[in-house]
Amino acid sequence: MEKPLTGNFRADKEAVSLAEYERAGGYQGLRTALHMAPADVTELVKKSNLRGRGGAGFPTGMKWSFVPMGKDAPHPKYLVANADEMEPGTFKDRALMERDPHQLIEGMIVSAYAIDADIGYIFLRGEYERSYERLARAIAEAEARNYLGHNILGSGYSLILHLHMSAGRYICGEETALLNALEGKRAHPRTKPPFPQVSGLWGKPTIVQNVETLCNVHHIVNKGPEWFHGLSKTEDGGTKIYGVSGKVKRPGLWELPMGTPMREILEDHAGGMREGLRFRGVLPGGASTDFLVEEHLDTPMDYGNVQKAGSRLGTGTMVVLDDQTCPVGMVWNLEHFFAQESCGWCTPCWSGLAWTEKILFAMEQGKGSTRDLDTLAFQTKFLAPGNTFCAFAPGAVEPLQSALKYFADDFRRHIDEQRCPWRQ
Amino acid sequence: MLSGEERKEIEMKLTDYPNKQAMSIESMLIVQRHRGWVSDESLRDLSEILGLSVADLDGVATFYNLIRRKPVGRHVALLCDSVSCWIMGCERVRDQLCSSLGTPLGGTTADGRFTLLPIVCLGACDRAPAMMIDGKLHEDLDEQRIEEVLAQYE
Repeated sequence: MEKPLTGNFRADKEAVSLAEYERAGGYQGLRTALHMAPADVTELVKKSNLRGRGGAGFPTGMKWSFVPMGKDAPHPKYLVANADEMEPGTFKDRALMERDPHQLIEGMIVSAYAIDADIGYIFLRGEYERSYERLARAIAEAEARNYLGHNILGSGYSLILHLHMSAGRYICGEETALLNALEGKRAHPRTKPPFPQVSGLWGKPTIVQNVETLCNVHHIVNKGPEWFHGLSKTEDGGTKIYGVSGKVKRPGLWELPMGTPMREILEDHAGGMREGLRFRGVLPGGASTDFLVEEHLDTPMDYGNVQKAGSRLGTGTMVVLDDQTCPVGMVWNLEHFFAQESCGWCTPCWSGLAWTEKILFAMEQGKGSTRDLDTLAFQTKFLAPGNTFCAFAPGAVEPLQSALKYFADDFRRHIDEQRCPWRQ
Repeated sequence: MLSGEERKEIEMKLTDYPNKQAMSIESMLIVQRHRGWVSDESLRDLSEILGLSVADLDGVATFYNLIRRKPVGRHVALLCDSVSCWIMGCERVRDQLCSSLGTPLGGTTADGRFTLLPIVCLGACDRAPAMMIDGKLHEDLDEQRIEEVLAQYE
């Protein structure tokens, strides 16, 4: 099975060197792209049906097609790699950056070429110091070989790439909040429209893409959209880096065909549950996705099928709930995170999530009441899409709304027994 | 007063951006790498270099959790408390750290050796529970491992 994204990873977890990367065909996608018109690169990406790997799943080529092109287009235009991996339970972009930094850089150059961007930024989360070191070295190597900089490989196209170290806060993953952070401001989301493709960084056309998404782009250019489709088991193209954490036998990351069934990932790759534990549920794509349960185990892990099952593919990194872990406690932990990370801009979000967290905490402490269940259910509606400034709060209540449905008896027990049955 | 080295690092990084405001976050991180935290005095120094008001800079500083406006110990331990680490027992790790070090979460040990802070998901979910000390990741923490890790830091 082909693994374009992770196939070159070294067993010792060191970064693939530039020489190794080139030997494996690295920077060939860039050479191919530079002989094409930018619009043709975008067309290939459109045909490949590559969708955003950061959580939202927006079609990448379509996003690029909104960028003004041609002589009259505003410049500088920007390409930003969203390397602010902070979705709890997600650890795939760190692996991509630490273990094959040139892959991200090549993906960025090709993507920047497609939208005729002048400047690129890698917006990196502050804790990823190893990624910073390895990317900084790889950028310098790429500049020395003229893969970056002025008149790249004699093509007439120029791109400067900067590495930006962030200083925390989950909201920076929201693309317009990220742009404010890059501009040196508090990371509040911006009103849309205008969309960043038209008016982003410093008011100029800007594309923001997740690390894993960008890592696919030059492979598509090199080998074609048909090849990319062929990697997948479903209509969404490519492979996906899936991950599993929680009390399974072998937690980890695996690059597999897009649409690999959840059961296969959990049982064949993650080795199933640890001895003596039963599977109760899973967050399929990070903290802001709805729980799925046993009846959904045969769901192919792609955008459409996970949505049909009632959740989202999100980042594709699953967090498993076992029968000896308290579902109410787990949801409290998730809402604690979201209440803390709310940027504070709009009232339903900062107030609603803090309220939600308090109720769940009280319930875990044996102080829950029946009325609390109504309040929690109300919050999931009150914080639904359309009522808040951005997608943060609607995502935050996804695990809560599904927990109320699938683990209703566990909530009930906390209230009836006035204690958490899982705590001594 | 900012040191010559701090100024040089800030000036070099300034060329990455079209204006000085964009350096507000990274300039504070640079100062922090040298001093452990960002004092009122440092904010005033940065405000002069960047041409921003102290209030603007503090507004930014207080938004971002990795910018510290209070002094810290010689080592800063960030303990992940997000969902995968929670499932794998980060509350036990927290209790052991607090009792071994004799400080609550958010505090600094009396000898100034450690500051212990909570942090969101460190992206080490397959090797939870995890913590980061001075930028270095420590994974698969259990009772014994925690003591081994702490012993590495004077």
